[in-house]
Amino acid sequence: MAVEERDPVTGRETTGHEWNGIKELDTPVPRGVLIFLVVTHIWAVAWWFFAPTWPLGSTYTKGLLGIDQRTTVEENLVRAQQARSVWTTRLETEPYETILADQQLMGIVRSTGHQLFGDNCAACHGVDGSGRAGYPDLTDDDWIWGGEPEAIEQTMRVGINTRHPDSRIGQMPAFGRDGILEREHVSNVASYVYSLSNPEYSTPENRERIEAGRTVFADNCAACHGDDATGNREVGAPNLADNRWVYGGDLQTIINSVHGGREGHMPTWDERLSNLDIRTLSLYVYDLGIVGR
Amino acid sequence: MVAKLTTSERQSAAVILLLVALAGIAMAAAGRNEAMGVHGLIVILFAGALLYPVLSAFYAPEPTEDRQASYYDEPIKVGIALAMGWAIFGMFMGVWVAAQLAWPNLHFDGAWSTFGRLRPTHTTGVIFGFGGNALIATSFHVVQRTSRARLAGQVSPWFVLFGYNLFCVLAVTGYILGVTQSKEYAEPEWYADLWLVVVWVTYFLLYIATIARRKEPHIYVANWYFMAFILVVAILHIVNNLALPISWGSAKSYTIWPGVQDAMVQWWYGHNAVAFFLTAGFLGMLYYYLPIRAGRPIFSYRLSILSFWGITFFYMWAGSHHLHYTALPHWVQTLGMTFSVMLLVPSWASAGNALLTLNGAWHQVRDDATLRFMMAAAVFYGISTFEGSFLAIRPVNALSHYTDWTVGHVHAGALGWVALISFGSIYTLVPALWKRERMYSPALIEWHFWLAIAGTLVYIFAMWNSGILQGLMWRTYTEEGTLAYSFLDSLVAMYPYYIARTIGGAMFLLGTAIGCCNIWMTIRLVPATVPEEADLPVKDAVVAGE
Repeated sequence: MAVEERDPVTGRETTGHEWNGIKELDTPVPRGVLIFLVVTHIWAVAWWFFAPTWPLGSTYTKGLLGIDQRTTVEENLVRAQQARSVWTTRLETEPYETILADQQLMGIVRSTGHQLFGDNCAACHGVDGSGRAGYPDLTDDDWIWGGEPEAIEQTMRVGINTRHPDSRIGQMPAFGRDGILEREHVSNVASYVYSLSNPEYSTPENRERIEAGRTVFADNCAACHGDDATGNREVGAPNLADNRWVYGGDLQTIINSVHGGREGHMPTWDERLSNLDIRTLSLYVYDLGIVGR
Repeated sequence: MVAKLTTSERQSAAVILLLVALAGIAMAAAGRNEAMGVHGLIVILFAGALLYPVLSAFYAPEPTEDRQASYYDEPIKVGIALAMGWAIFGMFMGVWVAAQLAWPNLHFDGAWSTFGRLRPTHTTGVIFGFGGNALIATSFHVVQRTSRARLAGQVSPWFVLFGYNLFCVLAVTGYILGVTQSKEYAEPEWYADLWLVVVWVTYFLLYIATIARRKEPHIYVANWYFMAFILVVAILHIVNNLALPISWGSAKSYTIWPGVQDAMVQWWYGHNAVAFFLTAGFLGMLYYYLPIRAGRPIFSYRLSILSFWGITFFYMWAGSHHLHYTALPHWVQTLGMTFSVMLLVPSWASAGNALLTLNGAWHQVRDDATLRFMMAAAVFYGISTFEGSFLAIRPVNALSHYTDWTVGHVHAGALGWVALISFGSIYTLVPALWKRERMYSPALIEWHFWLAIAGTLVYIFAMWNSGILQGLMWRTYTEEGTLAYSFLDSLVAMYPYYIARTIGGAMFLLGTAIGCCNIWMTIRLVPATVPEEADLPVKDAVVAGE
């Protein structure tokens, strides 16, 4: 049978139960706990009156405040859009040169573009837009498809080698792998291209292969990259005479490019970003180029 | 182990294992071109490894002593060893994935070692591997002692323990193979889920049957919690994992719940897994080992009742607070939020009841790191339940959701509460089970305690900072009304906190490793003693109920 005892430390009686030596005191629930319990319940019940809470068959209690997250979001979006429209309309409609001339507007492009670029472009082109092997540097003045805001916008909209009907198509054939050029010709033309941006390479012992490469270049490469190898933005053929490279400018990488060809990919952003975002980013990237120059 | 079973019990053990092996063969055959085939082989090996001791002792002489005159402690000992093994595995995986967030190259170009596959091996390893085994072991101990009766089965405790570990092995190996149903904390696929249903229902029946045999008139509080844990986890597991496999030979299945209902069922499951697996079960531990260690009566029986019914009733409603500001209807969110706040006082009542029980024993808390583990666990339980109710408030959640704050909150509970109460309980339990006078080294328990506390604090402070910073960066607007930071900017800002988190986790892991050594040395080196009071069940018929 239960035998109550008094605990010497607290002076409380036990409940008289015992399990393998464990006893329990019969302490009443402290008043503070009860008050706190009531307070949290009042808080909760108040919410039930003010906000949508209880299901009623096919509907629910709407609450006195009449709030609903769906309408709240819609209203917030409209309000935010209105607040931004002072400058968004200008960015969307005015010609690029007008915007570029307006320093205040360009300040907005820089602060807004930072987040847009970071969330959409930086994964490939780097946080600062300086690119890495396979992903062009956007901060220099060397452009494959053109560096004016209009050209940048077009590249962003349709992408490069995408499924977009107007996609920019840029393909460097695999001259070596597909058997268009012999092994020796590949290495000669690579030497020639390498010498264009590295004059110190044109030593007497290299002259022969450079000259042989020049002929190969004229017959096979000049159609796209131009007679002087300065490239052609109409077909996305990079300038090979400067020292800026998409895939790398050392001799071995150039041999690899000629041998295996190149076919870069830039996604189309037409359906993924709004017109405003694309125009903002076009200006932002153009501006990166200016800053980098 | 097997020598203590009668011939017919050995036969049933062998038959069960043969059936499991047959199921493994069927899986290996049906899923031979798939991950399921690998799982079939694992099942065969698992059953074979257990069949070996059963068959080699098959013809050993039958036990002669009266088994009802002693407690059934062998499964508990094995359960503790398994719990500590899983703790090392799960916490190591945690440190690894934490390091991957700071240094992504640490997946070494393997598909199996990417963050997405390793992260669930950490959560399953610590929650189900460590936590689950600790719960099964301690519940078997507590129910026998507080009922003064031996476990109701001879084979079934082993079936529950090993069956449960087979589930954990299938789960963890599955993730590495890429098998997952993509439900957080319920990732294992359909066949593992079905197996767990069988194991868990056995666990429930065994527990109820043992309680029914009790020689005490009342059911102790710890058993209320253990029963709530076992019963509700069964319900949660079955409902959330209802799914249709695409074929009998495939590890892939689709849930029967569509769209937002699926999200709601998943977080009803997820939140109540926290409530009934990580809270109720461990409160069962707290209610037994803390008063035993402190030698004090429970502060208030009435508070126990208030908090038990408060927790079991309110938690069930709170799951929708995981889906604030989503496609889930607004009214469900308000319900989840308000019930989460009403849950606070019952939760605190448990923490308070534990701390006030220590009145009259605070000098022991100072001197005894084992009791201090349990005291600190109660404090962290109070902190994390307050934080949980706070984060469930919609406007607060708008800041905290999807950030590291959630991760910090979970670890305040998982490290500070679940792991600390488990270690405190295990340090109390090990000498009692192995009949040792004390643990091998009190100094190593001190080391473990301080490493665990420091590791937890480093971890949660890092995640609080990182989470709040992240939340603020995501909602900072420029003067023009556009976002000020890219996601990448917030990621760069997280970097130092990710390193700190890795260090905190590594400290916690080191403490656990020290604990394992200490337990091992206790069993190996501390001489056995005869306890002053016999630790035996009551044999004479005292009828249950007054």
